[in-house]
Amino acid sequence: MNEQQLSESEVFLPKSELQSLIDLLRNDGMTVVGPTIDQQAIVYDEITSVDELPRGWTDRQEPGKYRLEQRDDDATFGFVVGPHSWKKYLFPPLTTVSTAEKTDQGWQMQTPEPDSTRYAFLGVRACELAAIAVQDRVFTGGPYIDPVYSNRRKNAFIIAVNCTEAAPTCFCSSMNTGPECRSGFDLALTELDDGFVVQAGSEAGETLIARLNTSEITTSQSETAGQARQQAVDQQSRHMNTDGIRDLLLGSLKHPRWEEVGNRCLGCTNCTMVCPTCFCSSVEDVTALSGESVERKRHWDSCFNLSFSYISHGTTRDTISHRYRQWLTHKLASWHDQFDTSGCVGCGRCITWCPVGIDLTEEVAAIRGNGDSSQSGGQS
Amino acid sequence: MSGTCLASPSIDPWLAHTVRIASITDEVEDVATYHLEFSDPESAKSYSFLPGQFNMLYLPGVGEAAISISSDPAQEGTLDHTVRIAGNVTGALARAAVGDTFGLRGPFGSSWPIEACLGGDVILVTGGIGLAPLRPAIYELLNRKSEFGTLSLLYGARHPFGLLYPSEYADWEQRGMSVNTTVDRASPAWQGNVGVVTQLLDRMPLPNPEETTVLCCGPEVMMWYTARSAIGRGIPADRIWVSLERNMNCAIGLCGHCQFGPTFVCKDGPVIRYDHVSSFLRVEGF
Amino acid sequence: MSNAARKPKLGVFKFASCDGCQLSLLDAEDQLLDVVGLVDIAYFLEATSKIGSGPYDVALVEGSITTPHDEERIQEIRQQSKFLMTIGACATAGGIQALRNWADKDEFVRAVYASPEYISSLETSTAIADHVTVDFELRGCPINQYQLIEVIQALVGGHKPRTRTHCVCMDCKQRGNVCITVATGEPCLGPLTQSGCGAICPTYDRGCYGCYGPAKQIHAQSLTDHLIRQGSAPPQLVPLLRNFNSNAEPFRNESNRIESMT
Repeated sequence: MNEQQLSESEVFLPKSELQSLIDLLRNDGMTVVGPTIDQQAIVYDEITSVDELPRGWTDRQEPGKYRLEQRDDDATFGFVVGPHSWKKYLFPPLTTVSTAEKTDQGWQMQTPEPDSTRYAFLGVRACELAAIAVQDRVFTGGPYIDPVYSNRRKNAFIIAVNCTEAAPTCFCSSMNTGPECRSGFDLALTELDDGFVVQAGSEAGETLIARLNTSEITTSQSETAGQARQQAVDQQSRHMNTDGIRDLLLGSLKHPRWEEVGNRCLGCTNCTMVCPTCFCSSVEDVTALSGESVERKRHWDSCFNLSFSYISHGTTRDTISHRYRQWLTHKLASWHDQFDTSGCVGCGRCITWCPVGIDLTEEVAAIRGNGDSSQSGGQS
Repeated sequence: MSGTCLASPSIDPWLAHTVRIASITDEVEDVATYHLEFSDPESAKSYSFLPGQFNMLYLPGVGEAAISISSDPAQEGTLDHTVRIAGNVTGALARAAVGDTFGLRGPFGSSWPIEACLGGDVILVTGGIGLAPLRPAIYELLNRKSEFGTLSLLYGARHPFGLLYPSEYADWEQRGMSVNTTVDRASPAWQGNVGVVTQLLDRMPLPNPEETTVLCCGPEVMMWYTARSAIGRGIPADRIWVSLERNMNCAIGLCGHCQFGPTFVCKDGPVIRYDHVSSFLRVEGF
Repeated sequence: MSNAARKPKLGVFKFASCDGCQLSLLDAEDQLLDVVGLVDIAYFLEATSKIGSGPYDVALVEGSITTPHDEERIQEIRQQSKFLMTIGACATAGGIQALRNWADKDEFVRAVYASPEYISSLETSTAIADHVTVDFELRGCPINQYQLIEVIQALVGGHKPRTRTHCVCMDCKQRGNVCITVATGEPCLGPLTQSGCGAICPTYDRGCYGCYGPAKQIHAQSLTDHLIRQGSAPPQLVPLLRNFNSNAEPFRNESNRIESMT
C-alpha cells in the first residue's frame, strides 16, 4: 500500500451509488459484511443491499447499557461500534485446525484446506482498523503464522468509515487510534447528507473508485467532511491517561484495587468476547464415538475462565481478581512487551458490554491514584 | 534467548508428525521414559532440537500436552520423553504400549544457554522430575566438557526411590560432572544427604561466582530460593536460568494460555533468564 | 488407548425427577447404540426391563431426595457403586421441587393429592451430594446428551471428563448473540450460570434462567445489585434465582438476600 500518496485524491460518491459499490464487490466474488440491525443492536453480518444498513438509527451507550434509537436524520453510518467486531470473520469463534484418522499405519494427522472466502468489510471504524493491525501483529508478526487468520486477512477488502460522532464510552483519542481513519484501509468514507467523501488507501481501492460513478469533490464538501470528523473528536468525553502505563500497572500488581474490582467482576468473559483484539483460544478434540476419527477444534477462550491457567498441580490464577488483573495488565501493559503496541484501541466495547458496567479507564485511574477507590476519574 | 531451533514455521504449525513408541523404560513410580521414532523417515531426518526444548505430544481424542525432551540432542534418531502421570494425556500415555502411534509437534521453546556457560563453572539445580528437561543439557555439557570449568549437578527428590536416572550418575561423574543428591525423607539404606536441594548450593564452594552459571528446573518456589541463595553467594542474576511451567495449549504463542507477565512461556521460555521474571515470581496468582 | 477388557457395568437410578435427563440419553439416537456398545447396562428401567444387580462401576443418578425411602435408597446405591455421577438439576441441586424448601410442604401435599395421608415426604428436596459422596456432577435441566456421552466416553477411556465450567456468556457471544441484559435491560442469569446448553434461551431472545446452575466462583450480588440499579425490581429477581437450581447454594443465598431487602 502507498497510503500517503493515494490518500490525496478524494472523490464524492452520491448515496445512490452505495449500492453499486456493494454490487461491484459481490460481482468480484466477495462476501460483503456490514452493519445491520439484529437483536436490538447494530451487528455485523453479510449484506447484499443498502436497505440492510442501519439507515436512520443510532446507538446510545454507557457502562453496562446499550440502546438502539431512531435518529432525526437519514444517516447510514450514524452510530459508533456495536457488540460485534471484525475479528469474528478474521479469527472465527470456532474453526478446525487439524484432523486425525486411525489407519493400519497408526494415527495420521492432517490440516484442513484454507478457507477461500474473500470478505469485503464495509463500515470499519478507525479503532477497528487499529484492532485489525494489532491482531495482524499477534497472528502474523511472530515466528509462527496462524494459517486461518492470515489467509482470511490477506483476502479481505476494507472499506473504512470515519466516525462523525462519539459515544460516551469511546476513548480512541486517548489511545491514539482514531477517530479519523489514517491507514489500513482500501477505501475510507466520510458521510455527508447526500453522499460520501471517498478516499483510497490502496491500489485496489483506487481501482474500485475508478469503476464507480463519482464526481470531483467540492471545497464545501471537503470542509463539511472535515467538520463532521472533528465533531467525533470534540464529542469524546472519556479519557485514559496512558503515560507510563506499562510500568504503572506492572509495578502495581499488589494494589488493593485488584481485589476491589475483582469483587464486582463477574468473570463472565463478556469483555474478552467483544474486545476486537483479545485473541485467546483453546483447542480441544472432538471424537466420533468409535474413537477412530478426531477433529481438533479451536474456539475462543478467555483469561477470565478458571480453567484457562490450569496446570496439573493447580490453577495459577485462581480468583476473579487475579484474572481481572491478568486481563488488564496484559491488555494495557505486557502487550507492549509482546507486540510493541497497546492491546487496547479505545473502542469502549468492554465498558458497554460488561453486564455490570466495569470501566477499565476508571480502574486505571484508581490504580494511578494510589488506590483511592472512591475516585472515579474515568471521565475528564 | 540463547538460541532457537523451531518446528519449521513454513508448514502449518498445527500439523503433527506421527510417532511410534519404540520402547518404554520404567523409571520411578508413575514415571516412564518413552523412546519415540518418526513414522516418516523424512520427518526423522529433518528433526533436531536443543537442550531444554519441548514437544507437544498429541494423543488423538485425549488431547495434547507439552513434554520436555530428555534425550541427547547429539544422538541422531533418538527422541526420549520422560513423563510423569499428571493428567489426561500423561495418563493415557501410561496405558500406551510399544508400537502405539500418536502425534508430535515440535520442537518448541527456548533452550538452556550452553554458549553462555562457556569457560565458566556450571551448576545444575533441580528436583524430582525436573531432571528430565536438564538431562539433554547434561549430555551436551559432558560432550563438550573441555569448554567449561567445573560441572556440578545438585539434585533433590522426596525419597531415594524418587531419584531419576540413577544408573547414569557414575558415568556422568566419570566424564567430569560431580553429582550431588539429597532427599527429603531418607530410607534406612540411604547414606547420602537429607534436606532441600538449596542446602547443597549453600554448602558448595564457589571459587568463581561471577563466572558461574546456574541452570535450575523445579517448582517455582524452589527456583526462587535457589536464585536467592545463588545471588547471595555472588552469582549474577543474569547468569541464573530457570525453566518455567504454565498451561500450554498451542505452543506457538497464539493461544494466550501460558502468559507469565510479558513472557509467553511456550515461545519466550520455557528457559528464561532469572532477572527477566524475578519480579513476578512471588506475586500470588499472577 | 487400550480399553479395559471388561465393559464397565452401568446403572441408571431415578429419584424425584421428571425423567427428562434419562430421556436425553435415550434421545441420543445416532450415538445411543455406540454408547450401549461401550458399557454393560445393568439397570436402566427407563430403557429396559432387564434388572441386573450391583455392584456397579458407574451409577448415573437422576432426581433429588424428597422422601425417607429416598434417603435409604441412595445410601444403598452409593455402597454398590464405584463411581457415582449425578445427572441434572434435581440430582445436583434439588430441582424445581426444592421450591418447597421455602414453603409449607403439607400445604402443597393437601393441594395436590386427594388422599394426603398416604404421602410420606420430607420437608425439603435436596441434592444427592447432601446425602452421599458424589464423584462427578453433570448439570442441566435437562442435561446435554453430548456432555453425557463425553463423560461416558471419558470414564470408559480412563480420563477425566472435559465438561467445561465457564459461564453461559462465553457460548452466547460465540454464537454471535447480543447481550440481552445490556441491550434491553432484561435480567439474564447467563453471567452466573455454567455453560452446557449452548446459550439456547438468549439465542431465542430471552434471558437465561440458570438451568445449568451456578458456575464456579460467581459474584451473584454484583449482578443483582447492578440489575436493581438499572431498574429491575427485587421481587422480579427472586423467582429468577429460584428456578430449577434454587437450592444451589449461591442462588439460594442470593435469592434469600434479595428477598430480605423487600
